[in-house]
Amino acid sequence: MRIVLTVNGQPVNVEVDETTPLLDVLRNHLGLKGTRYGCGLEQCGTCMVLIDGEPCYACAREAGTVTGRSVTTVEGLGTPDKPHPLQRAFLEEQAGQCGYCLSGILLSAKALLDRNPNPSRAEIVAALDRHLCRCGTYTRIIAAVQRAARMGAHA
Amino acid sequence: MSDTLPLSIINNRRMDRWLAFQPADRSVRLAVGKVEIGQGVLIALSQIAAEELDVDVGRIDILSGDTDDAPDEGSTSSSQSIEVSGRSVRLVSAELRARILGRLAQRLNCAPDDLSIEDGVFLQHGNPTGHDYWSFSAPEDFAADVTGTATPKPPAQYRVVGQPVPRRDLIAKVTGAAFIHDMVRPDMLHARVLRQPSRQATLTALNEAAVRKAARGDIRIVRVGDFVAFVGADETAVQRAAVAAPAHATWAGVRPLRPEQQEAAWFRDQPADDRHFGDPPASAEGEIVSQTYSRPFVAHAAIAPSCGLAEYRDGHLSVWSHTQGVYPLRNSLADILGLRRDQVTVRHAQGAGCYGHNGADDAALDAAIVAMQMPDHCIRVQWRREEEFGFEPVSTAHMTRLRAVLGADGRPVDWTAEIWAGSHVQRPVFGGHMLAHEALPNRPGAPKANDPSEANGGGGTRNAFPLYDVPAKRVIHHLALETPVRTSSLRGLGALPNVYALECFMDELAERAGVDPVAYRLSFLSDPRARRLIETVAERCGWAARGPSATGKGLGLAWSRYKNKAAYACVAVELDVDREVTLRRVWCAADAGLVINPDGARNQLDGGIVHAASMTLKEQVTFGPDGIASLDWDAYPIMRFSEVPEIDTVIIPNPDQPTLGMGECTFGPTAAAIGNAVAHALGVRIRDMPLTRERIAAALVG
Ligand code: FES
Ligand code: FES
Repeated sequence: MRIVLTVNGQPVNVEVDETTPLLDVLRNHLGLKGTRYGCGLEQCGTCMVLIDGEPCYACAREAGTVTGRSVTTVEGLGTPDKPHPLQRAFLEEQAGQCGYCLSGILLSAKALLDRNPNPSRAEIVAALDRHLCRCGTYTRIIAAVQRAARMGAHA
Repeated sequence: MSDTLPLSIINNRRMDRWLAFQPADRSVRLAVGKVEIGQGVLIALSQIAAEELDVDVGRIDILSGDTDDAPDEGSTSSSQSIEVSGRSVRLVSAELRARILGRLAQRLNCAPDDLSIEDGVFLQHGNPTGHDYWSFSAPEDFAADVTGTATPKPPAQYRVVGQPVPRRDLIAKVTGAAFIHDMVRPDMLHARVLRQPSRQATLTALNEAAVRKAARGDIRIVRVGDFVAFVGADETAVQRAAVAAPAHATWAGVRPLRPEQQEAAWFRDQPADDRHFGDPPASAEGEIVSQTYSRPFVAHAAIAPSCGLAEYRDGHLSVWSHTQGVYPLRNSLADILGLRRDQVTVRHAQGAGCYGHNGADDAALDAAIVAMQMPDHCIRVQWRREEEFGFEPVSTAHMTRLRAVLGADGRPVDWTAEIWAGSHVQRPVFGGHMLAHEALPNRPGAPKANDPSEANGGGGTRNAFPLYDVPAKRVIHHLALETPVRTSSLRGLGALPNVYALECFMDELAERAGVDPVAYRLSFLSDPRARRLIETVAERCGWAARGPSATGKGLGLAWSRYKNKAAYACVAVELDVDREVTLRRVWCAADAGLVINPDGARNQLDGGIVHAASMTLKEQVTFGPDGIASLDWDAYPIMRFSEVPEIDTVIIPNPDQPTLGMGECTFGPTAAAIGNAVAHALGVRIRDMPLTRERIAAALVG
């Protein structure tokens, strides 16, 4: 089936079986590798994207359900040359070890700051609690989101 | 100056194995055998080279883990990267600098001391000479063997080493493609594997038509012996095939697992290689105290399931892997596939943090087997989540019984640690197997029980000897000949369970003696570096004001020197116990000698604390009749954002002491500090990890 949607502000259409996971559409059909496979079970958060601004797991989301929607991936935040303030904040805090969890976390953090520009620590923790970081970088990640808030990342 | 050359240099003598100047962009190519596994090693090694060469650290272009173009430095493990590779890079860089400056001095007819270097540009008495590394270095500088005779800079002159230089790999990781999982190669096909349910199981039937139907797309089924892979251009289809396949496969000779095998105590009755270390059996007289502690099987549980890429073209096999050791992997692949070593190239590509020997190498072999059957394609094998949990080598369950003979002052005069565990390292060089090899027609015999030598820190015996001043100490190690599942190295090997035992036992002995646990430790510990850490942490955590026990609030402390020869760490933990444990605050002090990158070091220390806390409180691999039963994040929970305490870490500066690896040093102390804090909170001791809600309830009932 032909799926028409908006990804990172660009209209795209792909010809896929409607049950194809959105994760596969993004990674393999659109070449957007920043959305990562971790479990395929909606348990780890490495595949998190924004659908119409809301954080959603891409791994178990069928492509057929996103037609007409607007999807944001980490590539839609910023680029190495022009990073988004959230990405800058993560670099400035060196908030990562292996870094595999970070792209999904950035999108949950973006959704949080968009609706709450000055979140408390507890609000950050609540917004990110669907994400796992096996390297245990949690404290720095929280500090990075706080830094991004100070930088006015929602703007 | 060191008297012996590091192993890395002995195995890679020529200067050009390590360094090259690249005039096009005025960069310096540094090739190393150690690889990035999330620990920030590459920036630390770059800092060392930049320091000794006197170039800006931004000029260092590092190549790591490549059997064609980078030196053989074995595996990246056990906090050895900076100790060994860092020393090598320092010696090599200092020597190249001295050699080139020596030639320049001759050319200019001046003393080498008249010359200096600023960002790679050579100056004479501070004035330009018109020469720099890129214009003046010559092939002869690189063709020579490294002798280790140059004198590196004294730490007092360091400008880059010791600074928190940011890592360079993070920018890609927060903006898009960055991992082996994201690589795209020409003619790439996706593959998934049908796993043998257990070693020696043979495939008696596979309903290929049913699997193809489930795939709903074009797939090819590759079979070699009992190895089966589903291959195709559409990753979604091969994934569907792999998910459906187990239901359509029939196996013979499956060895089911039994739940009792998942407990450490199971090892007590298994045939073992019994090894004795230290003093002869005790004759000391006094009160005897003995306690037994354990940790179950635990998983690496990397956040990303393993991935491997391989392509076989024109008789040459090229492999990409997030392995810890490209050379050992190349050798194993060549041996298993019947290729000469020079027919195989293995290149490192980054994966998720691995914390030891996980499925990385196995995924590479999977890809290589398929690639040999389908030449001229790049085969990309992506493990599934349940495959990672079900088939990666796990860390062995481990039981430690401590026995102390106490003197009149309540301090031990004789100490015995008795350990029951499976092998803590089963890499192929240790006699272990790669997973898919067991499915091939040339499958190997039974794996050998093995552990690292004592000189290399031991495996089950790691940190079993106490560093306290005890007149007689010994370790008895029952290394089980067989394990129910494949076991191999995980962060610190036996250090976590052994330090848990040792440092919990210390609190128990102190209580018996009626002495404060910190004062008790310090009363027979002469190592000044250890004492300083304990005093620092006790001060920061307000130990002196520690409340009474059994109030539901606990404060506990523990320390160790990793491997009894690497970095020191002391950790204190404050927590609450209601039905379960809630961590509040953690204080840590570490001493790792000269620290190359303090920010990276702190990141690793804190990460180790969270990882160890997760293991101590939550983690256990469980077994069922079909094999490992903990196959997802619900069945194998790890610590999350909402469970993480505040962490206060200090690094004790000690720049004149050699650099000590610190990736694992907080691991054992964190586990034991939690054990001690829980005992303080409850007034009862829990000796078996993980300290779950069920264990707490059982302890309170008594
Ligand atoms: S991959 Fe989607 S939640 Fe883990
Ligand atoms: S940085 Fe490795 S999983 Fe988060």
